[in-house]
Amino acid sequence: MTVTYEDALASYEPVMGLEVHVELGTKTKMFCGCSTELKQDPNSQTCPTCLGLPGALPVVNAIGVESAIKIGLALNCDIAEWCRFARKNYFYPDMPKNFQTSQYDEPIAFNGYLDVQLEDGEVFRVEIERAHMEEDTGKSLHVGGATGRIHGASHSLLDYNRAGIPLIEIVTKPITGAGERAPEVAKAYVAELRELIKALDVSEARMEQGQMRCDVNLSLMKPGAEKFGTRSETKNVNSLRSVERAVRSEISRHAEVLNGGGTIIQETRHFHEDTGSTTSGRVKEEAEDYRYFPEPDLVPVAPSREWVEQLRAGLPELPRLRRNRLREEWGITQHDMQSVLNAGAIGPIVATIDAGADAAAARKWWMGELARHANETGVELGELPVTPEQVARVAALVQEGSLNDKLARQVLEGVLKGEGTPDEVVEARGLKIVKDEGALGAAVEEAIAGNPDIAKKVRDGKIQAAGALVGAVMKATRGQADAGRAREMILEKLGVEG
Amino acid sequence: MTDIIKLTAAETAAKIANGELTAVEVTEAHLARIEAVDEKVHAFLHVDREGALAQARKVDEKRAAGEKLGPLAGVPLALKDIFTTEGVPTTVGSKILEGWIPPYDATVTKRLKAADVVILGKTNMDEFAMGSSTENSAYGPTGNPWDLTRIPGGSGGGSSAALASHMAPLAIGTDTGGSIRQPAAVTGTVGVKPTYGGVSRYGMVAFSSSLDQGGPCARTVLDAALLHEVMAGHDELDSTSIDAPVPPVVEAARNGSVAGLRIGVVKEFRGEGYQAGVMQRFDESVELLKELGAEVVEVSCPSFTKALAAYYLIAPSECSSNLARFDGLRYGLRTGDDGSHSAEEVTSLTREAGFGPEVKRRIMLGTYALSSGYYDAYYGSAQKVRTLITKDFEKAFEDVDVLISPTTPTTAFPIGERADDPMAMYLADLCTIPSNLAGNAAMSLPCGLAPEDGLPVGLQIIAPAMKDERLYTVGAAVEAAFAARWGHPLLEEAPAL
Repeated sequence: MTVTYEDALASYEPVMGLEVHVELGTKTKMFCGCSTELKQDPNSQTCPTCLGLPGALPVVNAIGVESAIKIGLALNCDIAEWCRFARKNYFYPDMPKNFQTSQYDEPIAFNGYLDVQLEDGEVFRVEIERAHMEEDTGKSLHVGGATGRIHGASHSLLDYNRAGIPLIEIVTKPITGAGERAPEVAKAYVAELRELIKALDVSEARMEQGQMRCDVNLSLMKPGAEKFGTRSETKNVNSLRSVERAVRSEISRHAEVLNGGGTIIQETRHFHEDTGSTTSGRVKEEAEDYRYFPEPDLVPVAPSREWVEQLRAGLPELPRLRRNRLREEWGITQHDMQSVLNAGAIGPIVATIDAGADAAAARKWWMGELARHANETGVELGELPVTPEQVARVAALVQEGSLNDKLARQVLEGVLKGEGTPDEVVEARGLKIVKDEGALGAAVEEAIAGNPDIAKKVRDGKIQAAGALVGAVMKATRGQADAGRAREMILEKLGVEG
Repeated sequence: MTDIIKLTAAETAAKIANGELTAVEVTEAHLARIEAVDEKVHAFLHVDREGALAQARKVDEKRAAGEKLGPLAGVPLALKDIFTTEGVPTTVGSKILEGWIPPYDATVTKRLKAADVVILGKTNMDEFAMGSSTENSAYGPTGNPWDLTRIPGGSGGGSSAALASHMAPLAIGTDTGGSIRQPAAVTGTVGVKPTYGGVSRYGMVAFSSSLDQGGPCARTVLDAALLHEVMAGHDELDSTSIDAPVPPVVEAARNGSVAGLRIGVVKEFRGEGYQAGVMQRFDESVELLKELGAEVVEVSCPSFTKALAAYYLIAPSECSSNLARFDGLRYGLRTGDDGSHSAEEVTSLTREAGFGPEVKRRIMLGTYALSSGYYDAYYGSAQKVRTLITKDFEKAFEDVDVLISPTTPTTAFPIGERADDPMAMYLADLCTIPSNLAGNAAMSLPCGLAPEDGLPVGLQIIAPAMKDERLYTVGAAVEAAFAARWGHPLLEEAPAL
């Protein structure tokens, strides 16, 4: 019998643990000088160190450490006065040394929290266990099979360009007490973390590009129980929506197993976007033994307190507080602000306002025409080839009456197509509202002459029929006429009062 | 005519600088020597004839052009096959790297080239530097030039044998538990393990990262100092490299003296397992030091008795992780890639075929010692012992300037004698291991031949970390006093090959 989500929540309390990996946006890798630019030929961004060649040694990227401390501070963590890297030993072809340089029992940041705001404005505190530094692995490409997975492949190709890119792993403490809102809390936490990472300017945190990846650990317990239930670990859940769905789906699945008298096995699970559910991955028959030990090739990291305080003083306004401030300044609802956040439009809108546009206009263009265009082309708003200054200029042209909305959309389209600045597009495409009474008058005369039947109706008092004549004028002027003025002139010519 | 191959490095460099010899002549003389005797000794795994001659020609051209030459310009050197050399094979004595041509030079290799040193080739060693006899080389053992049926020490037996048989006046070794000093002791040559972090480990294939240290090998204390100065110094590619000036070792080697020094004899390095002739020569060295004006006192370092046990947990643990990268996927040997095996199976088959028994033994020991549930009892305890040993040294150095001991409990043993008895083999490093665990500096230099077998005995000098120059001050004084006593270099007594 299928257990509904509501049934599940009636009998169990969900407990979540979220592990988020963030790829830092440093110019070079964590332990060598190779570029972190991924869109290159396979294995072109490699050196003896990140290929794990015999004899090669790591050197810590100071910007990587700085970014980790910033993240730790923003998450209200303690920053270790002294900590070490550790080797996590396991064999896997995409890991050149067959150990990952990571941190184990001495993370750089620990014991923090992140307050996240839910849709209804409620603030939920997620406690942070730790944030630690480590390196990414390379990528395997399985060739010759039907699925692109290792099963059935004839051979595999390895690309180590990603190997050694700095990662920060952020691990929550068990999240309890969210109840039926667990999926929403999980999504809001990852969303808030993403905003935080972006605000700190340590990563672009694009989930769709794997710059931020989330593992969802979930278990159920009976209300009042003292011990957590057995957890499942759903790996690489890579969008906000999927985080929410994965939690929801696992809650139902666990409840179903438990209600049927079964036991949950501790295992890795994979989330499938198409079905919204998880399937079993590798069963952990015995706890994997990574044989951690302190990395002898690196010296301990001991950030001075002065440095930490300097970084603390330089932290930006926290995203949640900033959003609340902006929401009030812009005079919009919590729900509208959420839409702006989800669209990734806060930064562009703020910049557009800074460039002189009013808040409503800035929001209108970014959330409307530009969001649509970004969606269609599959890029982030911030990546569109239009600057906030240009959007502000378009808004100003509308404001002063030189453009109407329809023309403004055409101007933006021109800018996005690379035709130049808004003024250049206006000029090149000839997109000014026609205010010249002579030209407009000619178009009006033409419209009346060309549509005698309609003109008669208007003369006879069917004033609403004038709309068709206005339409003819607009058509003749390719939309550049001031429609209001055209209507006035038509009625005037036909001798009727508007 | 001068017998070129018998010259010291300092003499060779001087003769090249003043035009008495050309670097090409010197290189050709050593290549000819290798040609003549290495079939018997087997010190080299790879001789880079063309590379060596090209480097020698460059030195001669520089001189002809009036350019200033460095202190070792044109001097031939035998490089342990553990340092990467761009375009020249590097096997680490293992089948698993057979045929691998590194795409990069180790920092030490780079510095040698920059100093115009002529690298003759790569020397034999115990596989991955694990051993004390060079018998663990996947490419066959090296003979001790004093008696080819005996071991030349290990792991750097190829380098010590090359020096003792005059195939090169300089060599480079690495010392994780004694792999420079013990081969020096049993071949009658000089070997120095610098302070940990004194010489870059970049490009030195790792055995045990926290213990490994490259260092100079030579036939004289001054030559070792000249090489030490060329190879040492901070390297930003090695995070554990010391960011401080190189200790003034050459100056020290030119001004040998022990007058007024307090020298400690480690009480624990004596007793069962120590060969009588070794202790006899050691005791004579103590008397000699007193005659030269040193004050010699006995010191106790009780934790040293636990050093061997700690070492055989720490070194295998680190090696089990360091050697994980040899999986047949990116370089070196690949076994089983016939379309019927998975990547995981290819890795297993490659490691099975590519690693020798001692390497496998240590990987298994280390894997076990790091396992969850055993870590604290093994790796954790070993690290505590390491701290105690460091404290014993610190306490001793509060009282004395340097410590001395025999380098190794016995003289060179016959090839094969300890091959099946790992414990007996491990005992060869009893006196050398504490310095690796503490990271301080130590030297071995000849102090005579054991009366019972006529084989060389080594005297070990240990100095505090970053005080490497003391080794040379004391070593040069001892060397000069013995030379005066013997009337000729000790190696003159070695049989002709």
